[in-house]
Amino acid sequence: MDNQQLKQSLSKKFDFLSDWEEPYGLLTATLPAEKNLEVLQGLYDDDQLKFRFLTDLTAVHFPDRKDEELCVVYHLHNLQDNIRLRLKAYLPVANPAIHSAAALFSGANWMERETYDFFGVNFLNHPNLTRILNVDEMDYFPMRKEYPMEDPTRVDKDDEMFGR
Amino acid sequence: MTTKLDEVIGLARANSLWPLPFATSCCGIEFMATMGANYDLARFGSERMGFTPRQCDMLLVAGTIAKKMAPILRQVYLQMAEPRWVIAIGACASSGGIFDSYSVLQGIDQVIPVDVYVPGCPPRPEGILDGIIKLQKIVKNESLRRRNAPQYKALLNEYGIQ
Repeated sequence: MDNQQLKQSLSKKFDFLSDWEEPYGLLTATLPAEKNLEVLQGLYDDDQLKFRFLTDLTAVHFPDRKDEELCVVYHLHNLQDNIRLRLKAYLPVANPAIHSAAALFSGANWMERETYDFFGVNFLNHPNLTRILNVDEMDYFPMRKEYPMEDPTRVDKDDEMFGR
Repeated sequence: MTTKLDEVIGLARANSLWPLPFATSCCGIEFMATMGANYDLARFGSERMGFTPRQCDMLLVAGTIAKKMAPILRQVYLQMAEPRWVIAIGACASSGGIFDSYSVLQGIDQVIPVDVYVPGCPPRPEGILDGIIKLQKIVKNESLRRRNAPQYKALLNEYGIQ
């Protein structure tokens, strides 16, 4: 099965997939955020597609895309046929909520916590959506592109010998 | 007579500083070379690394300290018995170094008091030895009453340490 056949069977099965592209040979599609579990479960259960391994789950911040600032990215892998697939779901930054895939892929638990930690994506029904890498007291999402490169208001770089 | 006793105790302390290495990154590798046969930190009386804060006098913080690591470093410092000294080895421990970032502590002097800063990224073993010799001078000349002095208590109070 190559990318063209995969694209055909996918668009037949899920007609709402859009924005097909193939950067560096990796088939990529965009799905509506509320359908993410339906698609992931369908890809998992299908006897032909067999996408049963979640390679990566992360997010990207596009500050200039109105009402779809945050993009959640799923990398799936069919280990039997060695085919990879990338799925994107766009969310508004004002209410970045998407269903958690932790029940389907155990590995998603850690990656969704990390994505929440750095981008603030709210994974609904995640078993323990708390910060995982940053300090618990942190009150912002550091990987969002909304901070100046050199923040003059910072107070933790106040040393008169080593400061800026 | 008390000044003489001061000097004797200072001499003894300065030449038997037990190091506690708190190495988190590449400065730690340089510190390992400092301990090794070529540079031989043992010449200065620091023969044995004590990997427990309870036995050590000299905390050597070598490497980047993330903000999440800061409370742990502070706890290690609190577990050391007085008198205790701290050396910040390298740019990261002194000031955050190149990691001018949301996740990195901008110098360990934000959480614990520091006696000697060793510059470099990472510093050569000679640099670390120089820092330790500087600390020995401080230890030698320290008054026995310094740890009871109001200035010292005020310093610790700044860091919220009783």
